[in-house]
Formats: sequence, structure tokens, C-alpha cells
Amino acid sequence: MKMTVTELKKIAATLRLDIVKMVGVGQKGHLGGSCSLSEIVSVLYFYKMKHDPKNPKWQERDRFILSKGHAALIQYAALAEAGYFPKAEIENVKKLGAMLQGHPDMTTTPGIEGNTGSLGQGLSMACGMAAGLRIDKKSSKVYCIVGDGEIAEGQIWEAAMTASYYKLDNLYVFLDMNRLMATGPVVERYDTNPLIDKWKAFGWHVFDIDGHNIQEIIDTLEKAEAIKDKPKIIIARTIKGKGISFAENVAAFHNGELTKEQFESACAELNKIN
Amino acid sequence: MKFQNPRQVYGETLLELGRENKNIVVLEADLGKSTMTVLFEQQFPERFFEMGIGEANMTSFAAGLSLTGKIAFTNSFAVFAAGRSFDQIRQAICIPGLNVKIVGSSAGLSDFGDGATHQSVEDVAIMCAIPNMTVLVPADGIETRKMVRKMVEYDGPVYLRINRHDLPDVTSEAEEFVIGKPGLIREGRDFVVFASGIMVSRALAAAEELAKENISVRVVNVSSLKPVDEESIKKLAEGVKGIVTAEEHSIIGGVASMISFVLRGSGIPLIPVGIDDRFGQSAHNYNELLEEYDLTSDAVVNAVKKLNGKK
Repeated sequence: MKMTVTELKKIAATLRLDIVKMVGVGQKGHLGGSCSLSEIVSVLYFYKMKHDPKNPKWQERDRFILSKGHAALIQYAALAEAGYFPKAEIENVKKLGAMLQGHPDMTTTPGIEGNTGSLGQGLSMACGMAAGLRIDKKSSKVYCIVGDGEIAEGQIWEAAMTASYYKLDNLYVFLDMNRLMATGPVVERYDTNPLIDKWKAFGWHVFDIDGHNIQEIIDTLEKAEAIKDKPKIIIARTIKGKGISFAENVAAFHNGELTKEQFESACAELNKIN
Repeated sequence: MKFQNPRQVYGETLLELGRENKNIVVLEADLGKSTMTVLFEQQFPERFFEMGIGEANMTSFAAGLSLTGKIAFTNSFAVFAAGRSFDQIRQAICIPGLNVKIVGSSAGLSDFGDGATHQSVEDVAIMCAIPNMTVLVPADGIETRKMVRKMVEYDGPVYLRINRHDLPDVTSEAEEFVIGKPGLIREGRDFVVFASGIMVSRALAAAEELAKENISVRVVNVSSLKPVDEESIKKLAEGVKGIVTAEEHSIIGGVASMISFVLRGSGIPLIPVGIDDRFGQSAHNYNELLEEYDLTSDAVVNAVKKLNGKK
């Protein structure tokens, strides 16, 4: 049974709460760019993707690559919620020897499809996966998320050319347009705009949506499936730190620490939604 | 003496393997007529990916292919394969130990005309430094064929370094290639030369020259730079008065570094023959460059004689 939009909204809030728990108090954690992805990741893991938490290597599964690997916390929250590993694991994130590393590691964490974190590489990996699945005539899809700061990496554009040259229409990319890089606004620090024109010029079909609107994410993915012979990118307008009022649109929470008061305030705010 | 071209042998072996194993895929960065992946491309276009002049993307793309169960071979000149793709090899391939084979062609100074930008003096050092990586340097065509086959059997990342030019056969067809095992090429008592790549044949010539003066030199082909069977290396160095290492690579991070490390504390004197922390340069032919950089049998002879003079 697929979840309803109302249920997905709750899932997104739960994932945010788990992100906050993983960031904890007095430790650095990638809060902002994880929270901006909560709705997208909720739709993928709890509505869209074919996958089996009890059989993570199921051959027919859809694949997910988080190219902006620093947002690992959102993926960990989703994997735990889906049942890939016990939720208690999230308490051990980044501890010495822990399953949940600072960036996604397929060798330690069930459900992680590839190692990302060095920015700009995950899209190329996703393209390779899409091509490999096509050779095997699999119907599996590949989903990938890149960041608007990340696309300053030249390799993204190498991959963008590859995806359209090889007509990888089983590839679905979300661009998390949260408009903040680690040190400040993208438009002021290193402007990667205009996004739509660039991706169109590279041969992609481009959608432009509100990345926190669950219904719009669902509808757009459906529309994207109808488009053949082209890779598809969904530019998702998001808010960095979304769902935690004091962290919204604040670059300092890219990889910041929470005080005890901030931690409690964030938990209280997210608990209200549940 | 029979000569074979290692990149021709590589291309032919890849084609054979392509027939035997449909999981093999080949990626190329617009150098297919040099690396000889063109042979695979002609036969298996659906499993061949022209990635354009974009080595970084090619390498991560290969990681993605391997994540769907493919055995991916990436191809470029060694200087780009190891240099331009270092981070991609490290992050997506070696950290999780993916089954991707990185083939660095026209290695060392063998692309003589193109100069320093295209000549790899440090590729082995870079690749050896990465955890989980296996680094292979064939001495001839015979070994190239065996290595490429072994790379497919072995599940994990491998870097293969291939010379552009014809090399004389120095290894035996009959002997099995085992990753990590140094190969004894010529028996000798007084000295041992640990050599790789083109320098194996040059070390053999040096040993023959020195035999005329009653200096007995053992020649060992160190074609696995990593991993290396340390016990075998120690055994092969037993009883000698001195050691020479010989490689078409910087003396930092290749055979010289590895052998000195393995034999640390042995007290046996060692002289490295190799590129002395310099970049390459253009020349009108390969031999001219090999002479300029002292990568000759004479250089090996002189090193042995120098060691022989020491008491």
C-alpha cells in the first residue's frame, strides 16, 4: 500500500526529528541540507521507489544515489524508518566503528548504493548505474539528488552531457535548490544559476517545482516517467533547514552545532506535526 | 627474441574476454586507437562506452556500472588515468572496493613525443598509496595477457600500467601469474635486480653483460607492485651482496620504495635505477629518452659494479 500525502507529511516530520536527534547537542552535523530534502526523500522511499528493506540487494529494485553525500542524515533517517536497520543505530551516527559514517558508505550501511561525499561524483555514478541496468534490460529506475552548491563541480556537467548523449531516460535527478552553500547564499558566493537554462542546454528535460510540496513531487515524477529518450531533472525549490524555524535559511546550520535549547526547541516543533 | 606490443595484446585479450564474459564493459576517453580498446568497440558496441575527453566522469560512471554487476575497464593514458581520476578512483571505487579496472596506457616515458604532460613518472606511486588498490606492471606481452585475464577473475579495483611500445618476451608462457608474486627471471648468486616493466629486459641484458665478468646477477620481475609477497622478496634477496632496483618510474613510490621498505633492516646495500624525481620531456624517439633518464642496461651494469666495489 502506498502512503497518502497526509501520511507522507508525517513521515517527513519524523525524518526531520531523526535528523535532529542525529545532529544532537554540541556536535557538528549537516542539518540544513538534510532537512531541505525531507519531502523528496519521503516520497522516494515511502511512495515511489521499488525496494525491499529486508532484501537490500534485490535485483529489481530502484536505485538511489545521494550525490550531495553530506546530507547523509536524511538518507539514514529514511533507511532506519523503512527498516533497513534498527532505528537505535541512529544514536551511534559518526561514532568510532559505527555503521552510519559521516558520509554514505555502502560497505557499512544496508541500503546505501554507492559511496558519495566527494561532491560532483554521484551523478556520474548514477548515470553508470542507469546504463548498466539498461544493458540488462531491467525496468529499475535510478534516482539521484544533487545540490545547487554542488553543481559548481565540473564533473556534474560532464555527467550531464553523458546522460543526454546516452539518452538515459531511466535516470531521475532532483536538484536541491536550497540556495545556500556552506559559506552563504549561492547567488552571492558562487552563483550556479541560471539552472533551468543550463540543464536544458545540456539536453535534459527540466521541471521546476516546490520541493516541499509532496503532491507536486509525486505528480512531477509521474509526468517525468512519460518523457522518453532524455534524462530528467527536477529543480526542487527548497528551504535549507526547513521545518526548524530558527535554522531555516541560515547557512550556519549547513554543518553547525545545536545548543541544548535549540535541540529541545527543534524537537518540540517537529513533535507538534506528529 | 620475440617482441610483442603490450597495448595490442591488451586490446586482443579484452576482446577475447568480452566473448567469454558478457559482464565486461569497456569505457574509453577518446584514445581507443592508442589504448586498442577499438578492438572491443568494433565487436561489442553495446558494451562499449565512449566517454569523450572526460576521465573523471568516465571513472565514476564505471563505478556506477560496477554497482550493477558489470566488470568495468576504464582506459586512458596512465598520466590521466591515475592523475585526473585520482579522487574518483579513491572515493567511489577503492573505499568500497568496487570491481573496476583502471588501465593506464602509454605509461612512463613511452609516449616520447608528447612530453612531460603525457608521460607518467608517478602513476604507480599514486595508485599504490590508495588502500584496497592492486597495482600491476607487466614486463612483456605474455604477462600482459595473463594479467588482464587475472584482473577479471579478481573481484576488486586494479590499476594496470601498459607501455606503448613493443617489448621483448622475458617471462615464460607456462608460468601462472599470481597477484603479489615476484617472478624469478634469471638465477644468480652475487646480486639481485628487482625490476618492473621495460626495465626487466634491460636488467636481463645487464646480467648477461656482467656474467662475462663473472658477476652473477639474479633478475626478478616485480610486476605486482601492490600487494606484494614480502616473504618471496626477502627470499629472493637472500645471500646477495647488493640490490639494484630498476623501473621506468620515479624512484619515489615505485619499485625502489617498495623493495627498500620490504628489505628494511636487512643491511644489504641498494642502488635505485629510475627517474630521479624529474618530469619527462619530448624526444624524437623512446630510446633517446630512456638514455637521458638512465633507464638502460648500462645503468644497471654500473649500479651493480658500484655495489661490487663496496666491501
